[in-house]
Order: sequence, then structure tokens, then C-alpha cells
Amino acid sequence: MLLIRRFEEESARAYAQGKIGGFLHLYIGQESIAVAAASLLREGDTVFQTYRDHGTALAMGMSPEAAMAELFGKDTGCSRGLGGSMHFFDAARGFLGGWGIVGGHVALAAGAAFRNKYLGVDNVTLCFFGEGATNIGGFHEAMSLAGLWKLPAVFICENNQYAMGTPLSRTSPLSDLSVKAAGYGMPGDRFEGYDVELVRERLGAAVERARRGEGPTFIEIETYRFRGHSMSDPGKYRTSEELEERKKKDPIRIARDRLRETGADEAALEAIEDEVEEAIEAALKHAEEAPPAKEEVMMSTVTVEEFR
Amino acid sequence: MRTIRYREALREALVEEMRRDERVFLMGEEVGHYDGAYKVSQGLLKEFGEKRVIDTPIAEAGFAGVGIGAAMTGLRPVIEFMTWNFSFVAFDQIISNAAKTYSMSGGTVKVPIVFRGPNGAAAQVAAQHSHSVDPFYTNIPGVWVAIPSTPRDAKGLLKTAIRMDDPVIFLEGETLYNLSGEVPDEEELIPFGKARIGREGDGCTIVAWGRPYHTAMQAAEKLAKEHGLECEVVDPRTLRPLDEDAILESVRKTHRCVVVHEHWPYGGPGAEIVDLVQREAFDDLDAPVLRVGSLDVPMPYATNLEKLVLPTVERIEAAVRNVAYL
Amino acid sequence: MAKIIGLPKLSPTMDEGVLVAWAKKEGDTIEVDELLAEVETDKATVEFRSFDRGVLLKILAPEGTTLKLDQPVAIVGKEGEDIAELLERAKSGGGTPAQAPAPKGEAASQAAPAEPAEKEKAEAPAPSREGERVLASPLVRRLARERSLDLSGVEGSGPRGRVIMRDLEKLESKPAPAAAKASATREAPERVPMSSMRKTIARRLSESKREIPHYYLVVDVDAEALVEARAEVNRFLEGEGVKVSINDFVLKAAALALRQVPEVNSSLDGDTIFRHRVVDISVAVAIPDGLVTPVLRDVDRLSLSEINRGVAELAKKAKDKKLRPDDLEGGTFSVSNLGMYGIDEFSAVINPPQAAILAVSAVREEPVVRHGMVAPGKRMKLTLSCDHRVVDGAVGAQFLRVLRQLLERPVRLLA
Repeated sequence: MLLIRRFEEESARAYAQGKIGGFLHLYIGQESIAVAAASLLREGDTVFQTYRDHGTALAMGMSPEAAMAELFGKDTGCSRGLGGSMHFFDAARGFLGGWGIVGGHVALAAGAAFRNKYLGVDNVTLCFFGEGATNIGGFHEAMSLAGLWKLPAVFICENNQYAMGTPLSRTSPLSDLSVKAAGYGMPGDRFEGYDVELVRERLGAAVERARRGEGPTFIEIETYRFRGHSMSDPGKYRTSEELEERKKKDPIRIARDRLRETGADEAALEAIEDEVEEAIEAALKHAEEAPPAKEEVMMSTVTVEEFR
Repeated sequence: MRTIRYREALREALVEEMRRDERVFLMGEEVGHYDGAYKVSQGLLKEFGEKRVIDTPIAEAGFAGVGIGAAMTGLRPVIEFMTWNFSFVAFDQIISNAAKTYSMSGGTVKVPIVFRGPNGAAAQVAAQHSHSVDPFYTNIPGVWVAIPSTPRDAKGLLKTAIRMDDPVIFLEGETLYNLSGEVPDEEELIPFGKARIGREGDGCTIVAWGRPYHTAMQAAEKLAKEHGLECEVVDPRTLRPLDEDAILESVRKTHRCVVVHEHWPYGGPGAEIVDLVQREAFDDLDAPVLRVGSLDVPMPYATNLEKLVLPTVERIEAAVRNVAYL
Repeated sequence: MAKIIGLPKLSPTMDEGVLVAWAKKEGDTIEVDELLAEVETDKATVEFRSFDRGVLLKILAPEGTTLKLDQPVAIVGKEGEDIAELLERAKSGGGTPAQAPAPKGEAASQAAPAEPAEKEKAEAPAPSREGERVLASPLVRRLARERSLDLSGVEGSGPRGRVIMRDLEKLESKPAPAAAKASATREAPERVPMSSMRKTIARRLSESKREIPHYYLVVDVDAEALVEARAEVNRFLEGEGVKVSINDFVLKAAALALRQVPEVNSSLDGDTIFRHRVVDISVAVAIPDGLVTPVLRDVDRLSLSEINRGVAELAKKAKDKKLRPDDLEGGTFSVSNLGMYGIDEFSAVINPPQAAILAVSAVREEPVVRHGMVAPGKRMKLTLSCDHRVVDGAVGAQFLRVLRQLLERPVRLLA
């Protein structure tokens, strides 16, 4: 979690320095969800995330070097500099993309889950999306098919309260989104996402259910992003009091307190912090020095077949 | 050689490829229990079962996306759109996801998928069900576009498409499904990017694909009989990739070119081919390159008007006579 | 250690921003991600949150300042640190060394295109281009280039006279003409394509001059009476909206003279001379970029005002490009008048297959000897161009004598 936090803090700085361009959507405040989810995965499982994808990719084991190099548009990036912040890929670890169109990837996750069922393997597919996506048609169609075909998937709504700048109360008639699950013939669950261990436990139940072939689950996790929607978001739709109140539920603070309570000594915690700082520093250095994205990669990755 | 219908040729391609590769499956509306809206998939459910011949609800965005996700994770889906008109609600899936994943992932995630179904006008199905979608899909880097006009091409190209590692847009024709033609007994994989010369001649090159290919062939026969002008009819068969060499070679022989297409006149592969010819064969042209396409209107319902909109023998003939100075 | 804080990039597209308001003042403690200031970017007014912790030692950009990316905004460090050197650097425009604003240059170097694609080798200009633009298909142009054919003068059978492959058969292989020796320092002449009318005129007149043995007879007519008669007639016609011209008198006189000397009213076709029984006179009319000769029929039978009207009608049709082929065909004699341009004397080229053409010059005021006295007078030169094959000198002279008598006693024209 700390690695993700520090990675993103430094990517924000690099963005401000003009080293990172385009959109940069930060996951700060939501790290517990990615970390809990990643801890439940096995080889062959697949994960689909939105454009707010750094945290999940890092939690699944993507190296900070590959991630930062991607943000810097470098050839050693996880998508060779062609994807950028929104389109991280790490197929070897089952991370199948950050996706840029709201709701567009939900059906893809259903498709990956379809593959699990088709091949008769006990892999599961996790699909993350924001609460904003639950209103778009693509979400509805994908959920309908997943429910209909009992696909081994867990659909995880990271409800960070704002669809860009619009609060949930102005985008949905529901305050409890998990009731939507019933409409797709699957069970729903709903809980707060600030405590990584709680998330792991509740998410784990849904993952196990999918593994057993009992079908998909729709889960709404209440969370909060501490930063704007993207770097160009002034965040005027929420008050600083609200933000400060929420920061008391910072997953990292909760986890750190838990570790102290359970006997971890301060030296050990500091060692973790140092390790993270070193990793981030190395990632920045690597990204800075790595060769730029290559034209021949761009030209040769439009299609697999080459006709001319 | 056997003589079979276009729909049977497609069915043979599906059956052969599904027998050959366990990962291939067919998904779409009415493909299973109904035996296919146009009977292309007749009997497939019986042979392959519900696991591999999958009926879907009316949810094109959903099942197109499911297909793409399955393709990303190693399966080889064939997604049937009942007609390509219904692909518009799945446009985002095809453009933003299928066509982009390989590039966006830096070449690490492939999407071997075929989207297929009937394209273009049928008969009096009016404005919302008569689209020639070739201009929309040929514009997108990251997909291949095939548009066979004969049973043999339909079979050979579909087999190739299913084995390709990229998304393929496969455009059939409702009015072609009943067309009979010879298909070889042995297996034939027709490569993408190789045109077929439907008719040889040195009087004028006519480039045509899909249904209007047949209209162009009729016009060519008429021109030969009435004016002694032997046209060469080139069917590119795939619009992406386009067999540029075949078109240019023909134009260098005939020194004139007419492009016939069903899509609307603004842009599209028709305009693309004209661009190619003027750019690469400029010094071989004895006349401007002309196009014959659908009129620039939504398709009307009335049959007399529909005939007016679609390319006709007469319009093709007039265009050829114009460029041949006849 | 203290450092200069530069303006961060707060939107993907911003190049500069306005520092709207400071949330901190000098001496305040700052945490990471704490609000420092509000900045108006090209998109919105956004929060500028700190990437550093420490004390805000110096505000360098007061509220309302417009700043480029990375331009110094503040100095942050530990309390009591010496910032003199940093202040100096900030003043000299130096940013934070750690935050070199590289993106622009980097992007530019990466974006360097792999071009240029092969440029087609500059072709030598097609030899067919000499003073006019030949419309020819690209194929014909290439073949002409390869075979050194000159396309100028080739009549194209395609649309707008385009030379197409079929027309190439008409081409004789001839070497390209030597390039015109145009001085490099002088401007090249404007190339004006010949209209099809121009081409016709050129062809027919060349043919006429080449084929017809022209000779010329000139008389100087006393025009005193003519001018007076014209004035008299016009006074008479006043109110009818008609105003006859000298040319109308000349046409009428010529028509009557042709009746009296019918050999001049002839045309030649091969070995046959056609002596016409009607007097149909071709009247030369200048129009933009050309000359046409519509025919006024039975001029010998027309009154002066009818002639005037007839000529005016033909001239209008000519200018409107409304002349029909039968307006242009079948003239038996031609009259060309440049008098209105003040021409004192000229001779005209015969309009084949006719045998003669009359050139009418201006009426000049000049002293004349009348009854042994020098008096102010009016004279007009008439030139008859004759085809010697049809009209001998004596016959031509006789025609001119009759014509002169008619014009010098114009009352006979009013009969």
C-alpha cells in the first residue's frame, strides 16, 4: 500500500514537472482494495481495471520501474510507452488492462470469465469499475450476460463517491448500489474498503464462490480518493472539511496502527518505509534514463499479422 | 469442385474450423436453437452443443465485449451480428477495445476474434437496416476487413479469418446468401490482401466488391456485347489489407478505372482506391477515375427508390463509357 | 535544504497559469499535498498542492501573476535558512535545477518524423508546353514525354479538347523545339491558351493568305456629301430611335455596286466560280478574343435604316454568342470597317471562298481642292482586296469606281 501511495505521490510530482503527460488518475486513498484483491489471486486469474489502474497493477506485482517508465512514455514501460497511465498491461501476471471508456471493459472481464468456464478451469476474473460506470449500457449488458451464464467473475464497484465531479446522489436513484446485483441474478455485497484485512475477507468469499463455479458476485466497496479525478481536476465539488474527515480513514494509517497494535516494532516499520523509498527512487531513475518509446514498436503492434 | 450456396460455404468454413480447433466458438443472437437468422449456422448446435454455439440475449455491446475478453485470454470467438446494422451499439467494443488492445498493450495482448454478419442493403428494409458499413470499419487501424462476393471466397476467407490473430470484420451479404458457386473439394485458405480478377480485359478497370461486384460483372458483359469494350473487373475481396498491386497493375493495362461500391459516396474505400490510383498510376491514366456508389441519402423503403439509390448496371455502364470516351 | 518551487503543470494542456490566491503566507509550515495556492489554468481554477514539506520562506509570485510552467513561485525550506543565493537565482529567471522544463524539447525530438518520403524526381517540363496549355490525359503526357512528341496543335477528341490516347496516332514524331531563350532576369510571358474560335480564325486566315493571290486597290473618296447626307437622314429619322452610320451607307453602296459589277460578287470552289444572284454581305464584328463575320442578307434591297437594324442585331447576337451557323454561312462579299478606330487606311484578308473584301477607313478632315480653291473637306479611304483568280484588276477598279460615285452622290442610295 505504501509503495502504491509513494509511487503515485511521486508520479504527481513528475506530472507537475511535465515528465508525464495526458491524464493521470490517482488511486491515493483506495490502495487497500487493490492490495486485498491481489492477495486473493492465483496463476491464470485475470483482472480488468479502469484508467485508475496504477495501484492494481503494482499490487499484482508489476515492477515500479515498468510502471513509472510507462508513465514517462518509455520503451521499458509495461505497455512499451504506447499505453500510458490509463492503459497499463501485465498479461503475464493476469493484469489485462487499464481501460479508458467508462463501462467498456466490464464485458471484456465477462469474456475472460467466459474463457475460464469454457476451458473448465477454476480461475476467476476480477473486474473493477467506479460507481459512475453502473449507469452505462455496457455495464448492464455485461452484467446480464455474466449473470445469465453464471460466469466465474467478481464485479467490484469501487464507490469513491464521485463520478468525476458528480456525487452519487445526483447520478443514481440508489444509495446502496449492491441491490443492483439482484437484477442480474447474482448475489451482492457491500462494505467499507479502508481496512485491508476486512476487504480481503469479504472479497475472498466472493472469489471462492466464483472458483467453486457458483457464479459471479457484485460487490460495492465504499472508498474515497484523496486526490482529484485527474490532475486537472480542481476538486471544487467537495469541501476541505470533508476531505480532512475522510483522511482519518486513510487505509495506510489504519494498517500502520494495526501493525503497531499487533506488535510490529517501529524499526521494522521504518525499514519498510526505507525500502519503499529506495524502490521509488530506483523507479524514477530508471524511468528518467530509459530509452523513449520506439517507432518500430508502434508500427509493428497495430495488428499481429503483417500484410505490408 | 462442387456447386454450393454462399451460406453453405460459410457454414462449411465454421464447421471445419470448429472441428479443427476447440477454442473456436460461435456466439450471437439466434445462432443456436433457431439455426441462425439466415441459416448460416444451421445444424451447428446439433454438432457442437451449447458450449460452443451460444445464443445470446439482444445485447450486442455485451456479447461483442465478452468475445473480445475471451479472445484476449486465448479463445477464438466468432461473433455473429444478425446484421451489421446492429453492430453500431457495439461500436465502442470494436473500436475502443478490439482494435486497440494489441497496440495499447505494447504488443503483449492479442485479440483473435471474427465479427461477422450480413452487410449492406437487402430488399426494402429501409433506412436503419440497409447500411454498408465498410467505410466505418475500414477506417480503423487494428482490424482487418473482408467482404467476399462469391461462395468460394466466402469460405476461403472465413477460414483464414478464424485462424488470424487479429480482429477481423467479416462482411457478408444478405442478398448473396442464396448465390450458388463453385467451391473446391479440398481445403482452401484464401489469403487476405489478394484480389481476384473476375473478368479480364484491357478496356477499363472496374474495381468492385460485395454485392455490387455482380452488378459490375453484368455491366462489363453488356459493354463487351454492345461496345466491344472488354472491362477488367477486380474484386479486392479484402478492403484491409487492400491489394494495391492488383488494382494498379490492371489500371496500368487499361489506363482507366471505375470504382463501384455500395457505400455512400463521401469517403470510404471507394475514395481510398481513387486516391491510390491517382497517386500511384497518375501517368497511366487516360481519363479521370470515376466512382459509382449509393446515392447520398438514407435508404428509402419504396422499391423503385431503393433501386435508384443502389449502383445499377446503367450507372456503371455510363461511368465506363465516360472514361473510355465512348 | 531550501529550494525554489516552480509552477507545476496542473492540466495536461497548460502552458501558463495565473496565481489567483495564496493559501499560505510566508513563515507557514507546509505538508505534502497541502494546499499552497490556487492557480487558474487553461481549464479551471485548480488547487496547487505542495509536493514538499517545510516552511514557506519566500513568496516569489504575488497573487495575480501570470507564470510560465516551472517559473519560480516560492522558496520552501527550513526555518531560518539563508536564501540569498536562491533569491538571486530566481530573479535571474532560473528555475529549480531539479525541475528542468524538458518536456517540450523531448517531445520535439521524439516526434521527429521518419519522413521525408521519396519525393518524385522533378520531371523536365513536357515539351508540349509552348505558350499554351495543352489539355491532355496524364497517360498522353507521359507518352509524349517519353517519345519527345509535341502536343501543341494536336486537336484533342476528349472533353474540352483533352488529348487522349486515341489522339496520339495523329501525332508526328518531331523533336522538341529548342527551349525559348528566356532571359533569366526577365519575366516569362503569360501563357494564354487559344480558344477554339481563335484556332479557327488562325487556321482560316492562314489558309486565305497562303492560298489566295491577293491584290489591293485603294480609292480616296470625297466624303463631304456622305457626311451631310448621313446627318440629314438622321435628322429625318429622329424620333424613330434609329441612327444610321457611315458604314450603313457603305454597305448599301457596296451592295448596289456589286449588282452593277457582279464579277466581284463571286466565290470560288475548286475550278468553279459561283457568280451569286443575291447580295449577302459578311460584316466583320469584333468580339472579345475574336472576330466573326455574320451575314446580312439581300443588302441591295434594304433601306439604310433596315441595314442599320440588321447590323445591330447581328452584332448583338455575336457579342451574346447567340449566332447560329446559318447567320455565319453563305456571304458573297465582306466589308470590314475600322473607321471607328480612326484608321486612315488598311487592307483586309479575304474571307474564303469569297472573291473580295472591302476595307473601310475613317472619314478624315483635310484640305481639299474644290473648284480650284483649297477648302476644308472630308475624305475616306476604301481598299478592295481581290482574289486575282476570280477578279481581275480592271474589274476590281470598275467596282471601286461605281462605289465611289455612289458614295460621293449619296442621294442615289436613298432612292
